[in-house]
Amino acid sequence: MKITLDADKCCAAGQCVLIAPEVFDQREEDGVVVLLDAEPPVEQHDAVHEAAAICPAAVIEVHA
Amino acid sequence: MTGLPIAVVGASAAGLAAVEALRRSGWRGPLTLIGDEPHLPYDRPPLSKQLLHGDWTPEKLTLRTAEQLAPLALDLRLGTRATGLDVATRTLTLDGGEQLGCAGVIIATGVAARTLPGADRIAGVHTLRTLDDALALRSGLANGGAPGSEDVAAGGGGGGRRVVIVGNGVLGCEAAAVARELGHEVTLVGIGPTPMAAVVGTEVGELLAEEHRARGVRLLTAAVDGFETAPADQDGAGDPRVTAVRLAHGGPPGSGGVAAGGGTRLPADLVLLAIGSRPAVGWLDDPALDTTDGLRCDTYCAAAPGIYAAGDVARWDHPVHGRPLRFEHRMNATEQGMAAARNLLAELAAEAPAAAEDAAPAQERRPFAPVPYFWSDQYAVKIQAYGPTAGADRVETTVLDRAERRALALYGRDGNAVGVLAAGLPPRQARALRAVVATPLPWEEARERVAAATADG
Ligand SMILES: Cc1cc2nc3c(=O)[nH]c(=O)nc-3n(C[C@H](O)[C@H](O)[C@H](O)COP(=O)(O)OP(=O)(O)OC[C@H]3O[C@@H](n4cnc5c(N)ncnc54)[C@H](O)[C@@H]3O)c2cc1C
Ligand code: SF4
Repeated sequence: MKITLDADKCCAAGQCVLIAPEVFDQREEDGVVVLLDAEPPVEQHDAVHEAAAICPAAVIEVHA
Repeated sequence: MTGLPIAVVGASAAGLAAVEALRRSGWRGPLTLIGDEPHLPYDRPPLSKQLLHGDWTPEKLTLRTAEQLAPLALDLRLGTRATGLDVATRTLTLDGGEQLGCAGVIIATGVAARTLPGADRIAGVHTLRTLDDALALRSGLANGGAPGSEDVAAGGGGGGRRVVIVGNGVLGCEAAAVARELGHEVTLVGIGPTPMAAVVGTEVGELLAEEHRARGVRLLTAAVDGFETAPADQDGAGDPRVTAVRLAHGGPPGSGGVAAGGGTRLPADLVLLAIGSRPAVGWLDDPALDTTDGLRCDTYCAAAPGIYAAGDVARWDHPVHGRPLRFEHRMNATEQGMAAARNLLAELAAEAPAAAEDAAPAQERRPFAPVPYFWSDQYAVKIQAYGPTAGADRVETTVLDRAERRALALYGRDGNAVGVLAAGLPPRQARALRAVVATPLPWEEARERVAAATADG
């Protein structure tokens, strides 16, 4: 799995961090998403898919 | 199993989340997504922010590209309106007259902007719900983007046009911020004196009012009575153009003239009606459905057997808050679209367990019990709120820094804290507040937890 972000679209909802805190964080100044691990281990994959699906700004893209 | 499709009506945030969740959860049968707009599903919050401002192009709002949608193998019907639903047979009628028998239906038709009688035939009067609405309004706000703008710019000072925004809810406030940032003369007219008060309470509303005033927006309390217009051009072709908004009462002392009807008039080059919305349930004529203020659903988001709803259109029994709720929040659209999809599949699997080849592996239906979340951006102020803040019987607001518009508010109902709002707080602190109102909490306990959540960090 490889994750890419279009962070420019992020509305700082923080849902990704709630769902997958080991993969995503938010920038302290404005809450924009930060990628902690672009190629997370298998046990994170479900959470990452969930975060990508739920992100209200379609910021997170997951590649196989 | 039967070869019948699941149909999702409404191709926006909730509908998209539903079709994706249906596939992820194992639906291999035919899947139809019906949307009356011509566009691929796009995101609405940026319409009143980045798009209106001119920072983003429309393409940036697309939630999924055609390539990203391809693996879903959708029967995608854009530019197609559903006009009827027979609940007993789960049969949809589409605007071409086609009858579509379905295994299940998810209704995600959202809401439509409210307007005033005759407003759609007046050039320069806008609503803001769809991409097309936003593009029309944006071209009006862009310099020279609409007929007559040069004359106005010449006489108006600073190149600004006179923009009147009717309605001081979230949408009106966001649009006022953008129009002001673009250099226009902005008047925000509301029936209630405090912007956004219905959603955030009067103190947070007043803080926002201060920010708008500091940026030069004129705030008025008045009801709108109608419009004054001038002929479109010398030949009288096209729609008449708005020249002023007539106020029924109130209005600014000493400015604006007295209109023929006796009320005050506000000269206007451009008007935005941001006076709320109506759930798009007009097409649902089956008496088996309750369509009072949205489509009434049970705690699983089911409106009837095999018929589910999600997003702005759905009013469902929130299991934690114990009353029917309907939210017009972006986050809810996605979460509820996913929940409705999973529960529909669980129901279909339970209905026909033997013939489940198209359905998901059997699973239980689960009550939909989200922590509601919404945000709003106005100028540099970001507001984030968890839990139902509207309808509170008690609000306690702590202004942390008046000049910086930093504030916290707690919203109570029946002795419990149910909602919390953060304006201008660091993301970590704002996020921590969610846990406080994940379930209603005794008021005093919630106060202490809010204090703890914002003490460090
Ligand atoms: C300008 C604007 C700014 C916003 N900003 C924020 C924000 O900052 N934060 C926030 O939390 N929320 C915000 N929202 C709210 C958020 O966008 C909505 O909650 C969300 O779009 C709801 O999604 P939905 O899919 O339920 O409905 P909608 O997005 O309304 O989609 C419904 C779709 O169904 C279509 N449809 C309707 N009837 C039919 C029919 N009979 N047949 C076929 N198709 C039909 C409609 O044309 C539409 O495309 C904003 C909304 C707007 C308009
Ligand atoms: S969920 Fe999406 S919008 Fe929210 S912080 Fe994460 S990436 Fe940004």
